[in-house]
Order: sequence, then C-alpha cells, then structure tokens
Amino acid sequence: MAEPKQHSNPVSGGSIDLSMRGGGSRPGMPMTKVKPKNTMRTIRRLWRYIRSYQRGLIAVILFTIITTLLSLVAPYLLGTTVDHYIIPGDFQGLLGLCVVLLAVYAGTAMTAWLQQQVMVKVAQHTVQSMRRDIFARLQLLPLRFFDSKTHGELMSRTTNDIENVSGTLNQSVTQLIASVLSLIGSLAIMLYLNVWLTLLSMVTIPLVMLFTKTVATRTRKYFSNQQASLGELNSFIEETVSGQKVVQVYRREQKAAEQFDEINHKLTNASIQAQIYSGTMGPVMNVLNNLSFALIAAVGGWMAFNEWTTVGVIVAFLNYSKQFQRPLSDLANQFNLLQSAVAGAERAFETIDTKTEYEDEAHSRSIEEVRGEVRFDRVSFSYKNGVPILSEVSLTASPGQTIALVGPTGAGKTTIINLLTRFYEIDSGIVTIDGVDIRQLDKNSLRSKLGIVLQDAYVFSDTIRENIRYGRLDATDEEIEAAARLANAHTFIQKLPDGYDTMLMSGGGNLSQGQRQLLTIARAVLADPAILILDEATSSIDTRTEMHIQTAMRKLMKGRTSFVIAHRLSTIREADQILVINQGGIIERGTHDELLEERGFYYELYNSQFKRSS
Amino acid sequence: MLKLFSYLRPHWVATLLAPLLMLLEVAMDLMQPILMASIIDEGVMKGDLAHIQQTGLLMLGAALVGLVGGVGCSIYSSIASQRFGEDLRHDVFRRVQTFSFRNLDELNTGSLITRLTNDIVQLQTMVQMLLRIFVRSPFLAIGSMIMAVMISPKLAIILAIAVPLLFVVMFLIIRNVLPLFSNVQKKMDKLNTVLQENLAGIRVSKAFVRADYENERFSRANADYTQGAIKAQRLVAINMPILTMILNVCIVAVLWLGGKDAIDGSFEVGSLVAFINYVTQVLFSVSSVAMLLVRVSSAKVSADRIQEVLHTESEIQSQANPVRAVHHQGEVVFENVTFAYGSDAKGAVLRDVSFSVKPGQNVAIIGATGSGKSSLVGLIPRLYDTTSGRILIDGSDVREYELQSLREKIGIVLQETILFTGSIRDNIRYGKPDASDEEVMAAAQAAQAHDFIMAMPDGYDTQLGQRGINLSGGQKQRISIARALILQPSILILDDSTSAIDMGTESRIQGALARLMHGRTSILIAQRISSVMDADKILVLEDGRVVGEGTHHELLASCELYQDIYRSQLGGEEPSYG
Repeated sequence: MAEPKQHSNPVSGGSIDLSMRGGGSRPGMPMTKVKPKNTMRTIRRLWRYIRSYQRGLIAVILFTIITTLLSLVAPYLLGTTVDHYIIPGDFQGLLGLCVVLLAVYAGTAMTAWLQQQVMVKVAQHTVQSMRRDIFARLQLLPLRFFDSKTHGELMSRTTNDIENVSGTLNQSVTQLIASVLSLIGSLAIMLYLNVWLTLLSMVTIPLVMLFTKTVATRTRKYFSNQQASLGELNSFIEETVSGQKVVQVYRREQKAAEQFDEINHKLTNASIQAQIYSGTMGPVMNVLNNLSFALIAAVGGWMAFNEWTTVGVIVAFLNYSKQFQRPLSDLANQFNLLQSAVAGAERAFETIDTKTEYEDEAHSRSIEEVRGEVRFDRVSFSYKNGVPILSEVSLTASPGQTIALVGPTGAGKTTIINLLTRFYEIDSGIVTIDGVDIRQLDKNSLRSKLGIVLQDAYVFSDTIRENIRYGRLDATDEEIEAAARLANAHTFIQKLPDGYDTMLMSGGGNLSQGQRQLLTIARAVLADPAILILDEATSSIDTRTEMHIQTAMRKLMKGRTSFVIAHRLSTIREADQILVINQGGIIERGTHDELLEERGFYYELYNSQFKRSS
Repeated sequence: MLKLFSYLRPHWVATLLAPLLMLLEVAMDLMQPILMASIIDEGVMKGDLAHIQQTGLLMLGAALVGLVGGVGCSIYSSIASQRFGEDLRHDVFRRVQTFSFRNLDELNTGSLITRLTNDIVQLQTMVQMLLRIFVRSPFLAIGSMIMAVMISPKLAIILAIAVPLLFVVMFLIIRNVLPLFSNVQKKMDKLNTVLQENLAGIRVSKAFVRADYENERFSRANADYTQGAIKAQRLVAINMPILTMILNVCIVAVLWLGGKDAIDGSFEVGSLVAFINYVTQVLFSVSSVAMLLVRVSSAKVSADRIQEVLHTESEIQSQANPVRAVHHQGEVVFENVTFAYGSDAKGAVLRDVSFSVKPGQNVAIIGATGSGKSSLVGLIPRLYDTTSGRILIDGSDVREYELQSLREKIGIVLQETILFTGSIRDNIRYGKPDASDEEVMAAAQAAQAHDFIMAMPDGYDTQLGQRGINLSGGQKQRISIARALILQPSILILDDSTSAIDMGTESRIQGALARLMHGRTSILIAQRISSVMDADKILVLEDGRVVGEGTHHELLASCELYQDIYRSQLGGEEPSYG
C-alpha cells in the first residue's frame, strides 16, 4: 500500500536510485544552478536531435503515462479492498481484487522497464550525435579559437556537459513527466475522494515550498563555495604535482605542504557547511509530511466517526496525500537538474555554432599543380589587436628554392608559416602562391599542397605505422617503410620489440622527443608535398643524427620550395635565401656568404656560434 | 581499506555521534507505521477522537525527535567525513612531497593527481554514506522485520521468502553490471584520449587536412562508448522494475493472506496497513544496502590506490648521522658509477663512469640524445641514487650528506622548464622566497631575462599561468635559469637549458655565467659545440660511457666522436676551423 517516505516512487522511477532522500539526505552534490540564457531556443534545438527518435520518444511518453496512471490506480484499489471486501468480509471479491492488483503491478513493472529500455537508447543516441557534431565542428574551427580556450575547457564541453544532457534525458525528463502526472492525478483522485480532506492536505504545501526555496538557495550558495574551493585545491594539486621535480630541486616541499593545508582546510569548512545545509532538507520534509499525515488522520478520523466518509477512503487518502507531497519536493530538484542540463546543451551548441574557418570560402577554388612560387607582399599581422607581430613583410621564393628563416625567439618566424598555411588570416598585404592570392584558394586544397613538420611532434596513440600513414592515408606498408628509411627513423623503429606495429602511448611518451620528430619527418616525406615547411623540425635531434637526416632532407627539398626555421645555423647555411627576422621585419636577406660579408646581425649570430673557430 | 578508517579516529566523537543520532531517527521512523495503525484501529474504526488527537501529536513529536536525529546525524557525519578527507589528503600530499624522482617516474604525474583529487573524494563520499545510510538501512530493515514479526508472525513468512529472493536478484544484477560499467569507463577514457590528442595536435591535423580522418577516429570511439553505455544502462534499468515487482507481489500476498484473517476477525485492518508499510521498508532497505555495497566495492579501488601512495617509500633518505654541508667547495668526483632506472643493471644508462671536477671548474657534457647526460647530472644532487659506484662531493659520498643541505647548495636547471602560477618575481625567487628585489633583478639580468620582463606591461609582477601571460619556450628557460642563479649555488648544473634560446642570447648568458660562477663549479649539458667549447673540461658521452674527456682542442685532436659532432655542426665544410 504505502511506500516508505525515504524513497522515490518505486513504480515511476527508472534506474537505480542511489541518492537516498529522507533522514539521511544525499551526500553527493546537487547541481549548482547554472541558468541557461535562452532555455526555449536550446530546447527546440535539442528537440531537433531527439526528433529522429520521435517514435521512440512517443513510446517513452506513453509508457511513462501508463506507468504513472497505474501507480495512481493501485492505492485506490487498496482502499477499495479495505472498504468493499475486507470490512464486509467478501472473500471472492478480495481474491478477484488481488488478481487485478497483481495484473496492475505487473503491467506497471513491464511498462516501466520498456520505458527505460527505449529511453536509454534515445538518450545515448542523441548525445552521440551531439558529441559527433561538436567534434566535427572543432575540426573546422580556426586556430584563433583554440588559442582562447584551454584544452580542459573544450574537453569538458564535449564530455561533461554532454554527459549531463544524457543523464537528464535519461532520468529527469521521464521523472518530470511522472511527477507532474502523479501530482495532477493524486490531486484529482483526492478531490474525488474527499474535497475537505484535500483542502486540508494543502495546508502544509506553502510550508514545504517556502522551506525548499530557502534551503535550496542557501545550499546552492554553499555548494558553489565548495565547488570553488575544490577547484582551487585541484588546480593547486595539479600544478604542484606536475612540477614536483622542481619543487624538490628547490626544496619547497614544506612550503607547498603548508599552502596545501590552507586550501585543504578551507575546502573542508566549505564542504561541512554545504553538507549540513543540504542534510537538513530530508528530515525537515519528514516532519512536514508527518504533520500533514497526522492532520489528515485526525480530521479524517473525526469525519469517519461522524460517518461523513469511510475508513477505506481515509486509508486511500493518506496514501495519495503522500504521493502528492513527494513529487512536490522532487519537482524543484528535477527542475534544477533540467536547467543545468539545458545550460550544458547551450554551451555545446555554442561551440557547434562557432563560425568555421571555411565559412567565407564560397568562391574559393582549388589548386591542382603547384610550381611553388611563394610571395609575401607587404604583409602585416597581429595575434592581438595593437600588438603587431609582422609589419610590412615582403619576400619571394622562386620554385624549388630553399628559404631559411633566422632570428631570435618571438621574432615572427613561425607566424610567417602560420600565414602561409592560412592558420591565421593576414591583416593587410597579400600572400600569393604561383601568383594566386591564397585567400582565393580553398583552405584544404592549399594545405594539402604544403608539407609541414612542426616543432612539437604530434603523435597519437596508435601504431607507429599508422602514425606515419597520417601523412598519406592510402600509402602502402612499403611506402611507409621507405619514408621511415629516408627520415632515418627505420633503424630505431626496427629496434623496438614490435617494430612498425609498436603501439605509441598517448603523447608518444614511450619515444624520445628526437624519435618523435623523426616520425613526423617521415610523415612529411610520405605526404610528398609541393611546398615543404620545417619549423624547428630537428631541434631535439642531436647534431650527428641530424647530419644523417640532412642527406635525406636534401633529397626531399630538391625541386620543392622549402621554408626552414632553425636555431642551428649549420642546418641552414646551404639555403638559397636566408631571411633574418627581428622584431616583426626582415632585417637582412641573402645567401650565407653574402650575409657574412655584410657583417650584420647574421654575422654576429654566426660568430656567437663559432666564435673561437674563426 | 580498513586501515584508512583509522583516519576517523581523531574525529571519533563525530564518528560515533552520527550513527547514534541516525539510530534515533530510525527508531522514530519505525514508530510511525504503528502509530498510524493505532490511529486507524483505535481511533478511526472506533471513533475515538481523543485517541486520534493524542496519537497524532505523538506522531508529530516522534517526527520532531527524528528531525533532531536526522539533522544531528547530517552535521556529525559531515564533520567526520570531511575532516577524514582533509587529514587523508594532508598525509597523501605530504607523502608525495617526500617522493624521489624514481617514485614520481613510477607512479606518474597524471595518476598521482587523480589519486589526490578524485580518489580521496570518492572515499570521503563513501565514509559519509556509511555514517548515514549504512546505519540507517540495516537498522530500518531489522527494525521493520522485528515489527512485522510482532504484528503477525504468520505474515512475516512472506518476508522470509522475499528478502533472500531480493538479495539473489540484486546480487546477480550487480555482478553483471559492474564489469559493464568498468567497460564503459574504459571506453570513456578512450573517447577522451582521442579528443585530447586531437586538441593537442590540431595544427598537425589542419596542416595535413585530416579532419575527415579525425572525425572517423572519433566516431568509432563515440559509437563504441554509446554501445557500451546503452548495454550497461539497460541492464541497470531492469533492476527497478524487478525490485518493485517483488515488493508489490509481497504486498498483494500480504493483502490476500492478511485480508482473509481480517475477514475472520483474527487480524485488524490497521495492522494490515502497518504491516504493508513495514514490508515496504524492509525491501527498500535491503536493496539500498545492496546498492551501497556496489559503492563500497568501487571505493575499494580508490582506497587501494591511495594506500599505494602512502606506502611508497622514497629510496633516497638521509643517513642516520648525516653530514650537514654548509658550503660546498665544489669538488665533484664520479667513481665507477653505473646507473639504471630499473632495478637491474642490465638496462643501465650509465656504465662505469669515472671523472673528477675540481672546485671552480667549468665542465661541459655533450653527447647524442639518450646517451645519459641528464641521468649523469641528476645523480649529483641525489635526484636518483647510483646503482653501483659512488659520487663524492668535497671528498664525502653524497649519501653521507643530509639531503636538504646537499641540495641547498646545488642549483640545477632541469631540461623540462616548469614555472608556476604566480608573478615572474615569485617564480624567480622560488628557491629563495626571502630574496630581495635587487637579487631577483640581478639574477634575471644574468639570465638575459630582465629586458623581456621589463617589456611586459606589469614587469616583474606579470602573472604567469592559466590566466596569465604565457611565455615562449626560450623565455621560460631564461626565467628558470634566473631561478637557479638566485640561489648562488656552489655547484650549478644546467641540463640543456638553452635549447630554445637563440645563439646570440645564449652567448650573453654564458658570459654572465662566467662572471657569476667565477670560482664556483658549473656543469653544463649542451647540444651545440659553441656552448661547450669554452669549458675547462668537456666530457663526451656515448651510450652511457665517457668516450672523451678534455678541452675543446684536446678533443678535436683525440676524440673521433667529438670531431664528428663538430663537423655535423659546421655542415662538414671548412675543416680548417679549429
């Protein structure tokens, strides 16, 4: 007949409910309230994802309605049992009713199960599509976007926020429907059973609402304090432990521990406050429920005594009044959950709606054959407004030439590469390849003609073979091996236990930095680009190995326009043109010998490297 | 896991009060159905209004007492569990501070961070739940069973069948769900890895125009995860309907058997209602105990991971009667040093290395990637201990010094530059928090960092880190050199710390170092010949052995490998140099 008060409605609920309400309160954290900016628009947007599972969703709603209605009928039947069969002593009727009850219960269980089966699928597939869309969009966004966001932030948008949406779809939506339905249903049946008692049971509702509101506001405040402290602690831990070796070399262990204690203690106090507040919710609800219960029992008893109503009605009524109160307190909680999920979805959509770097490319054309003439004409650029990186840079690379970019860190060498690849768009001036403004070219077609080996060797967790194949997806194993040989990577790869099939750890932790760079060179070799760009590609390779690669590199650069950035002058002395870049401009240009003769910046640079040798 | 519970001992008052207060609440909860039965049987049925009023007040009173119990339990369990977590975190963090480099390599940073954050939070949550629900549910179950037996021993037989059945069903579901969930977790990790790698390599992905490829990689992981999650959640979804079904069948059984007795007059209607209430409570409590066991078993994994940290001993400790070094002369001697990162000498990175550095000498080490240069210098301040052989500073084995005092006078700039959130000033005086602004500036000037620091809007007060300015690789290296210089170390070690600095700046740094470190020992690892050729002594390392030792000119004459390196940097031309 009655469910115990410390648990949510067993029949309308869905999956395992680990949060025990009632006396114990929930030790977990409720959602800190994040208000979505435009709830309706986001929901409509979300609907577009769910729409493809429309039939499933309709089924879910149907099942939810059935489950809720059945769970509403059951107490009524129980009341009837007492009034019509037990008290009058009708055995046959009792038996019949028991069978009916059993059927009702079985039906409820069945539909509850079906509802969950369908909902799990709908929710998971919906968020799968959302995740797919976010990821796909991330692939199209310009680098500027990534500069302004941390990886953690983007990761959290693609995983946490989306998990939130799936959790809510999975549970809150159906529970919300169930809560509203059973609220209305209970009210209707209560009114039908007895109007006066119904009004009586309303007495405590303002109290419940008032209390929920006060506690919820406070709790939210304390929980967001707790969250902030936890965040502070976590980032302190992350930073200190990541830099643990430095901490120890500088003997800062004691100081770090003291700082830690301080934050740790702050967190504890904030948590205790939050937990205590949220812990009062359950017990107080208990009291309010009991108050209402006692009131109804007292008044109901008096009415039954005066024969204005029957015992069965009161028994049933007491049950419904419980069913009526529970969804009331649930609703507030579910609403918060729903709101934070909508906020999560909103953030996800924000990412999906960010303008891609391809959006303005309506009239772009692709390039087929590239001779490799590259020109920069009075190009200016800044990453941040007002902080110019390049000003009025002009350069010309004839087909097949090797251009070396030399200069101090931060002078703008890499920026020139970033503009050529259109990772960033120039502020003024023009960049042409074979005489065509690169802004008129399709970005992908442009980039596929450029082979870039970057300073930070990007290696992903797959086999070495697949990592090299990244350069050209249709390459055969033989071609991969040939590329590795050319990049001088073959020898070390063969020494590994599984050779080319060695699985690399995420970030390439099981290879040295130098080995990783060799792999990325092999990748560029495989790609066979028209224009080659080496951005500090050999900085982590020792000079002897580098010398071995040089031969391969020379072969690779032959007949291609190449841009080389390096600190080691020995790497670049053979270049056809050396451009010395300082403070956003080209200050010297010429061949190695010409520049030495000029006795300028390059000469200084060169001599600082071999000062004693000359 | 039990060992970790000893962390509750200092908070024993709260730890004890929480369950006791919970018992109070449970006792009050147990009274409710019987009071309700009394209202129906004695009051409503018999029309005794006074009884209804009294019992109603009693119910309210019981609820209020229960409120005290519930709120009290919530207060004390919060205090106990939060303080438990605080103390545990405190100890784990301090333990990590004592870790040797070897410990840090073995446990790995990422996993240490999770242990300090997630794992402890997990345990904390579990303790709180234990103090609340683990007391509540079993007592509620037992209490309800006793009440049920008291009301009707005959009907209680239904419980005797239902409870074991419930246990078996829950057990079966949990046993099947757990592996599914750990599977989902793994797939989530995989999804995160793909995402994280993609973000890290977004430039490469764009450069090679591999958006489609990356999308496909992600889609696979995404679909895999979705399949796993659906499977796991569907199995979990069976749980509730089955549970409810068992419960409801019990209720119908009670209704039928009890109803018959009520018709006979041997059982009262109110008791029937109360009995049904107790049955519900028993079954729900039992199931929540079962679900808690799942929590506990997953918390056990966290507990084990934390224990592992707490039980890891640093192998580098000061001796019983250590020598306190006030000031090193700066003489460093390696005697037949062999070193391996693993336990056996097979994979040794240094083999039988012997050499000596006189006080005030300037020594450079050169060699290919992986030749053992960094390992070699790491042995001097005992970041690692030798596998065999010994290292002497000023004639004493490094292991004889008190560890702190040994490191105090050795300044080492690691290959990997790590700066901390905070101002540039704080970063430079990291090893000497009481350094004056003049000292900070002098160190920065020597490291050629002063100019670029002053070019920043906030100068030395510029904030670094997540929300602050991010420096280029060369700038970071210069700050970390300044950080070492401010210590005025007796022995300065630079581990390839100028690789991202252009040559002009580097030679200026070297000039400043020569002045600053005059009369003091410095050891420098470098890739470029230009960086090492001024050294008093150059060591050439290959595969963990010293293959050449001498000055630039000596080595050019005698060491084939050195000649090779030299040629490689000159591009093989102009052999007349040198």
